[in-house]
This record gives sequence, structure tokens and C-alpha cells, in this order.
Amino acid sequence: MKELMIGNAAVARGLYEAGVEVVSSYPGTPSTEITEFSATYDEIYCEWAPNEKVAMETAFGASLRGVRSACAMKHVGLNVAADPLFTLSYTGVTGGLVVCVADDPGMHSSQNEQDSRHYAIGAKVPMLEPADSAECKAFAKLAFEISEKFDTPCLLRMCTRIAHAQSVVELEERIVPEHKPYEKNPAKFIMAPANAIKRHPFVEERTKKLTEYAETAEVNRLEMGGTEIGIITSGACYQYCKEVFGDTVSILKLGMVNPLPVQKIKDFAGKVQKLYVVEELDGVIESHCRNIGVEVIGKELFTPLGEYSQKSIAEAFGLPAKETITPDTTVPVRPPVMCSGCPHRGLFYTLAKNKITVLGDIGCYTLGSAAPLCALDSTLCMGASISGLHGYNKAGKGETEHKSVCVIGDSTFMHSGMTGLANVAYNGSNSTVIILDNSITGMTGHQQNPTTGYNIKGDPATKINLEDLCHALGINRVRVVDPYNLEETEKAVKEELAVDEASVIISRRPCVLLKYVKPKKPVYVDKDKCRKCKRCMKLGCPSIHIDADGKAGIDKTLCVGCGVCEQLCPFDAIQAGE
Amino acid sequence: METKGIVIAGVGGQGSLLASKLLGRVLVNEGYDIKVSEVHGMSQRGGSVITYVRYGDKVYSPVVQSGEADYIISFERIEAARYAHLLKVGGIIITNTQRIDPMPVIIGSAEYPENILDELTAKGVHIEAMDALTLAEEAGSSKAVNIVLMGQLAKHFHIDYDRWISAIEQTVKPKFIELNQKAFELGYNFGG
Repeated sequence: MKELMIGNAAVARGLYEAGVEVVSSYPGTPSTEITEFSATYDEIYCEWAPNEKVAMETAFGASLRGVRSACAMKHVGLNVAADPLFTLSYTGVTGGLVVCVADDPGMHSSQNEQDSRHYAIGAKVPMLEPADSAECKAFAKLAFEISEKFDTPCLLRMCTRIAHAQSVVELEERIVPEHKPYEKNPAKFIMAPANAIKRHPFVEERTKKLTEYAETAEVNRLEMGGTEIGIITSGACYQYCKEVFGDTVSILKLGMVNPLPVQKIKDFAGKVQKLYVVEELDGVIESHCRNIGVEVIGKELFTPLGEYSQKSIAEAFGLPAKETITPDTTVPVRPPVMCSGCPHRGLFYTLAKNKITVLGDIGCYTLGSAAPLCALDSTLCMGASISGLHGYNKAGKGETEHKSVCVIGDSTFMHSGMTGLANVAYNGSNSTVIILDNSITGMTGHQQNPTTGYNIKGDPATKINLEDLCHALGINRVRVVDPYNLEETEKAVKEELAVDEASVIISRRPCVLLKYVKPKKPVYVDKDKCRKCKRCMKLGCPSIHIDADGKAGIDKTLCVGCGVCEQLCPFDAIQAGE
Repeated sequence: METKGIVIAGVGGQGSLLASKLLGRVLVNEGYDIKVSEVHGMSQRGGSVITYVRYGDKVYSPVVQSGEADYIISFERIEAARYAHLLKVGGIIITNTQRIDPMPVIIGSAEYPENILDELTAKGVHIEAMDALTLAEEAGSSKAVNIVLMGQLAKHFHIDYDRWISAIEQTVKPKFIELNQKAFELGYNFGG
């Protein structure tokens, strides 16, 4: 049967067909759907772990028990899971273990555009890179064969344009390999120095064997066409090159991007007049070619920045651009905004109004940095808000702690905020931590987490109580506010900033997009009372605009009646819907 | 056949994923090779979002680039203009006339270019503009703007009407089939 699938769904299908029994992941765009689609197969045990490190270690445990397992994460998630990865390379596996990692060139939804291939090189593990959904499925299955044959975790590298592009996939049956019996094997699995020192030579030997495999592997495919130009490429870039050149050039398409073949590349170089490497982000294949003495044209022609396309490749080759028509008038930008009724808005308004320094974190609430709220001062990585604020306040020597806070979401707090909070308590900084508890992992599209009370299947699960958790981490002052209530929120922020000890404010209100959150009637503007002061415009709410008469107006199709603007209006012009 | 390109542009939350899903279903049913490049994630809400659909005998790239789109389907007026450069010379823009102010316009740091479609028409771009919101509401939900526009697009294809209707059945949840078929019909019949 043929199905149109996004790459991530095809990876999930591949996991299913490969007989995978355990998948543990943390959501992150553009990797999230791998796990969501995996969870639709009842044969696979699937879960959202609190972070990528936990997810990978869970997959390790499942592999140790003898079954095939997988985990999925975005590129920056692999930073979090790098610790287990580098030593998993030494232990190898029992059941096959595949780590799916999705890069985001162009940063559609990421804080950097790091290239995951460096991890494959660093950890000395194989990495496959599919170029369409059919390959996503096929390579996911092949990754398990490689994992078991070479006794190694195997990375499957995705990127946004493969993960979120639909193409046609042929479905096959699921085949579960026989479980391997559990045998205690300290020399392989206890990575204390005496054992690890003996495993390192194994890793080096394995890389040699994998390189030999790469020389003849079918996934490293030679497509001979015209011989004037030869191109070495992989993944989405392969598609762009084919789009530009069709069969007029020769292409070495690498399905396995680590380790890279040597002889195969040298042979290819001998068959073409001029050899190019087309790869997004860093010049990894290019460096390899230079190391083995093959002359190529790479990053001097193709940028290390952003996403490629058929257009950018044609341009780099000096081919003429296609004719277009554009308007002369500038079209105003349309950045994503916090939704109407977003519970974060009232809190950010309060922080901005009081001119408080705010160290931010990763989530929908990063949008609080946008005008008109401009409420954030920093965003680094998952969890960095709390630990960053601690350092900021330590360096501030008492001058900063009464006018600075940090904000972190419920899911991000569980991911890597807890350890930062332990540090605040243990090393005693007078920091004010605000947990934005919207009862869901929002930005990646509504995934459950340990504080929501539900698991990935939507079944009831243990709900970790944030108040108790913060107390247990050594914070005495923990209070909960409703961010829809501006007065209560401002009072809490001012009081907790004033005291001379660390505190946590939990700003609690479920995401307005959750199905069980029922919108109220839209508010309306009493035009006789509106004095055109525009204070309501300071909220940056997409439901509020200024009408032609200069007075506030409400978009009834968007407004969910949260009432925050109603509290803000000094003339009672905005009123609750009837 | 040469690969064809369709761009679906809108504001995050307007349902571009369902539109591309329907289009994908129809084109797969017709036996084409196809690729659809989507934007996912809640963080796109309220922002400008774009989906690319490419189909033909053999499709390589999943993205539509400057001068490659045969059609641009736009759920909002200025989104049609934002991506006009993607249109082939001789291509067609099908757009909803609805105005949704982006944040820079709301906070007064930019102006909404009211007449931008006229400007494109003056430059020779073929534009089919329609009040898809009113038609969607007539069908039963303001959220059906996406399917109304698909109805208008379908008129340009040599694919039987019934094939679209059955693709809707394959694409949406049973309780929404009737609504979407009605929306499709209204879009299809718009403008005679």
C-alpha cells in the first residue's frame, strides 16, 4: 500500500516495521512527530521522557534487555544526550539502538543551526541520512541492522525539509527479531576505566569496519550522468541538485554520512572533471575529501548559513534566475505572536511594566521578547533561565536580586530547570524564579509532561506537584498566581522580589488552545468611554486593534474573553462580553 | 510532465495543513509523484506560514522557489503579495480577501498595504480574489476558508469534481465531511 507521509511519520513506520519495542523521546521541532506517530502503533511502548538524556538512557536499558529501541530529539537535544551517546559508543548494544536526530538548518524553530554530523564523528558512531520519506522508512530499518551487526548505536539524521515534507511511502509488514537473552557482561557494559580502556580499541576497529562497509553500501549510490561536473551530496541537498541538474551531472549520493568512504570518493573524483560537495551547514564531507587528498569545491561556493534550495544551488553555479514579479510596496512582516488569551501575556505585561530584568528560557514564552512587550533579556538553552539568573545575581552582589527574575515553562522546568533551582537553594542566591505552568508542552504542539497528569497516549499518569517539588528542592517561599489576574500577579512579583530569600512563583493557567479550555464571550469596547489612551495596545494582543475612529476595537473571532485588557483599561471602556 | 508547483500561504492557525493534506490526497489518487513541505509547531501561530506542494512524474525538491509556482493559494490578502515572487510568469493567485493585521500593523509601526493586490494586477498578475470567509461561514464554519479556496483551485484542474469530493472523505474526520464538502462546493461554484 502506498501512503503519503511526512518524513517523521515514515521514520516511525520504519521503527514499527523494524520491530522496535521501546521508544523514549523528548519533543523538539522538527523531530516531535517521530515519537507521536510511533505512539499510534500499539505494539510499541512509547513515552515522553523529561529530557533527551533520560530518553536515550531509557533506550539503552531496553537495548540491554535485548529488544530494539529508539529515541528521537532535535539537534540541540542531542547536546543534552551527548553524555550517554559517547559512552554508548563504547558499550555498544544488545538489541539494536537507533537515535533519530533532526537538524534545523534555517532555524525555523531553533536557537542555533548546529550540524549533528559532528556528534557522529565525535562519538565514532555510524550516521545515516535519508533524502525523502521512502528513505526515512528504509534507513530507519537499515539503522537497526547496522546497529546490531557492528555493535553500535546508529544515528539517523533528519532535517526540517525531510522531517516535515510528505512524499510517497510503500508500507511493509512488521517483523520483530528474536529477543536476545540477557547475559551479565561487565566487560562490555560496566564502563569503569579498566573495562573502558579495553573497549576503546574495539571502537577504533569498528570504525575501520564501518568505513569498509561504506565503500560498498547500497545507500552510498553513484548516479553517473555528464562527467564535466561531479557532485557529492546527501539528504535534502541531493534533491535540490537533482532538481537543478537532472541527469546532466554525475552524483555520489551518500546515504551514510559517517563514517565516509575513502576509495569510493577517490574513484568518483577520477571519473569527473570538476568535483563539488553540496552539503548544508558545515563542510564535513568537504573536509573528509581534503583529508584523503581529493580536491573539491565546497564552502568557498556554498554558504555555511541556513537552508539550501534548488534556487540557491543554481545561483552558486551561476545559472540564470527565474523571472518573477514582485510588488513595489513593502509587505509588513508577520512574526508569530502569543495567542489571544495566552496566559503568559498578563505575566509578561506585569514584568515589562515594572521594568524587571527577565532571563528567559525555551518555549512559546520566548515570544514575550517581541514588541510591544519586549519583556525578555536572554534566551540561551533549556534550563538556562534559572541557572543564569543565579549567576547574574551572584555577580550582582545584591544590586540585581530585587529587580530580576527568570521565567521557565512547566515542561522546560522538568527537562532541566530542577537542577538549576537546586543550585539556587544550595548555593543561596536570592533569586525569584517564575514557572509558567500552562499544563502542557506548548511550543512543540501540545505534548504531555510529568506535571500534566497524562502520558503520551493520553492515559492518566502520575502528576508531579510543582509546589511540592520546589519545596523539596529547598525553596521555602513557593506561591501560585493566576496570570489572568493582573493585580494578584503584580502583588506576588513585587513581594517576592522584595524578600531576602529565594522564591518561586508558579504562574498557573492552562494553554488557551487546550481542548478542555472553553473560551468565554469576547470582550467589547464601549466607544463612549474609550479615551484613545492606547494602554490596551501595550499587551500586544492580536485581538485588539485601533479602529478608524482612533478608539480600541476587538476582533470577535479571535478574542477568548480572558479579561486581561479589561483590567488594564483606566476608563472601564473594555467590558466583559454578554 | 513538467513538475508543477503550488504554494499555500496563510496565517498560522488558518488550516493550511488540512488544505495541503487534501491536495496531496487528490494528487496521489491521480497517480502523481508528489512532495509537500509543511510548517509544524505551535510556535508558528499568528505568524506567516507557507506550504509547498509539488507534483509531476518525478519530483525531487519539496520546496517551491522564485518563479516556480503555477498557483499561489492565499488565506489572507497580503500573504498573497508576500509570496508573489514565487509565482511563475503566467501563474495564478487565488486569494481570500480577508484582512488580518500583523502585529507591526496592530501596534502602529507599519501600515497595512490596502491596495497591494491591485498593484500586482497592474503588473499583469492574474488574481482571483474572493471573500472565502463569508462562503466558509455559509458552509457552517469560519474555519473552512481553506477548503473554500481549494474548491476555487479545483476549477483549474482536469480532475473530476467527484474525485475531490471523495478525497475530502478520505482526509477529514467523519463529522466534518459534510461541512467541508459544502465549503468546497461553494468555492468551486464561486465566480461561475
